[in-house]
Amino acid sequence: MGLFSKKNKEALNTPLFKENPVTVQVLGICSALAVTSKLEPAIVMGLSVTIIVAMANVIISLIRNTIPMRIRIIVQLVVVAALVTLVSEVLKAFAYDVSVQLSVYIGLIITNCILMGRLEAFAMANKPWPSFLDGIGNGIGYAMILVVVALFREFFGSGALLGIQIIPQSVYDAGYLNNGLMLMTPAAFILIACIVWFQRAKDKSLQE
Amino acid sequence: MKFLRNYIDKIKPNFEEGGKLHAFRSLFDGFETFLFVPNDTAKSGVNIHDAIDSKRIMSLVVIALMPAMLVGMYNIGLQNAIAAGTVETTTWFSMFLYGLLVMLPKIAVSYIVGLGIEFTVAQWKNEEIHEGFLVSGILIPMIVPVGCPLWILALATAFAVIFAKEVFGGTGMNIVNVALIARAFIFFAYPSVISGDTVWVATESICGLGATVDGYTCATALQHVANGVAPVGAAGAELGVCDMLFGFMPGSIGETSVVAIALGAILLLWTGVASWKTMLSVFVGGVVMLFVFGDKLPESIPFWHHLLLGGFCFGAVFMATDPVTSARTEVGKYIYGFGIGAMTILIRVLNPGYPEGMMLAILLMNVTAPFIDYCVVQSNVNARAKRLTKKN
Repeated sequence: MGLFSKKNKEALNTPLFKENPVTVQVLGICSALAVTSKLEPAIVMGLSVTIIVAMANVIISLIRNTIPMRIRIIVQLVVVAALVTLVSEVLKAFAYDVSVQLSVYIGLIITNCILMGRLEAFAMANKPWPSFLDGIGNGIGYAMILVVVALFREFFGSGALLGIQIIPQSVYDAGYLNNGLMLMTPAAFILIACIVWFQRAKDKSLQE
Repeated sequence: MKFLRNYIDKIKPNFEEGGKLHAFRSLFDGFETFLFVPNDTAKSGVNIHDAIDSKRIMSLVVIALMPAMLVGMYNIGLQNAIAAGTVETTTWFSMFLYGLLVMLPKIAVSYIVGLGIEFTVAQWKNEEIHEGFLVSGILIPMIVPVGCPLWILALATAFAVIFAKEVFGGTGMNIVNVALIARAFIFFAYPSVISGDTVWVATESICGLGATVDGYTCATALQHVANGVAPVGAAGAELGVCDMLFGFMPGSIGETSVVAIALGAILLLWTGVASWKTMLSVFVGGVVMLFVFGDKLPESIPFWHHLLLGGFCFGAVFMATDPVTSARTEVGKYIYGFGIGAMTILIRVLNPGYPEGMMLAILLMNVTAPFIDYCVVQSNVNARAKRLTKKN
């Protein structure tokens, strides 16, 4: 079986669109609402989740045959918790500002349903390489939605992207105002709903 | 009327299947049923239907809104004249004309944006035009401050029509009041144009009418109360009961005049369009809550002024009674109305950040209305079941 056989490609591709963890499976919504008011934390959060899902998938997949079925959830949790702690420490060391902005949400990746879902549904039954691809796919599928939502929220809410002012002062002088609603959590709900709406309108097979 | 009917019949074939203007059939259909009662009724089922189109009921509500709107226009001019200090030299007619000029663009924007979206959706989904926007379209400009920019009004209208109405399935399917969602959108997205003390009085001269006043500020009566001072009008004179009744004070355009709103209420009740149960229980709820708070109320105004100030009357008459979003059961209407009145006073008194509580109270009760109905229906089912088992 080649590294990028059809099955492996599927493991990477389906979570991006057809089985997107946020818009189709509706997992990880809490963090998608909480960290998307600015683009930078959203990107960092997306990356962290991608790395953690991929690594956890690989580790669980490697030891999947030795895990006793009865305590598998605990084993998975220990692995995820260790990885989350690692990522959190790295962030504190190298990107302190962002880690302050993300506050508890990095720690709460442990409880992110995407992780446990992928470990249970995929890594427990597949070899390390497909599990790695599946983890990357799901992580990026999640990060993608976060980034799109954060893009809209920061642009319309603060007139900036990545903290750099995009909308010039002259527009504000002409009477333009930043949309305060975009900085509140409901805006993330509405935006995610719009993405779901758009996706289902495009892909008939997702319509219920 | 005959020539209008003939003309419509003449151009009708153009809009039917295969006609050259078929693309605009929903537009045509909308206007035809707006002008004339349709000929056809429901053909199947056991319903008793008459041919009255809901557009005709809607137009009654629009007529009921007219007094409040006209007084609102006059008040815009009056407040502007007070701000400029030219009340003595300005005739009431030029004040009214100024208000009309300020108001017309807002009404036009609201209707163009809202109806534009409705027509597009109707055309796209191949449905008849939903007529509910006739009322929402006039309500939206009436519940915003005069200083609200047109682009924000347009954005709020679009947001409300799409996210509060069309996504739920259009007119009659919405859970919350569309006009209030437009206001809530402005309230949360652009708080600076709907609160504070710079937006309630028009300060720009239009076509030589009215006066341009720079740097003029005046808050609404309820904002003064929330700040713990007695409410004052535009010139700094204390507001009397008379001002509150006739509506000569700063505030959202249509909400200030209690008398004009009462005229509308009489029409709505007389024609049976609005429910007196909802309307009455809003006031009962408000009064009960005022007594509950008793001496905890702000002391700058007598307690009953709360019922005259802000959007209390306007909300009770035109918003709470909206047949789509209010409770549908008869007992439910009492509970629903009471909740609105009580919640409004609760928000006004306990939360200094929101001097005006009517909008949030109605939206909250809109969401609760289906649950109220469910409880009322279930308790009735239970009562009857009990009666049945007792007999046997």
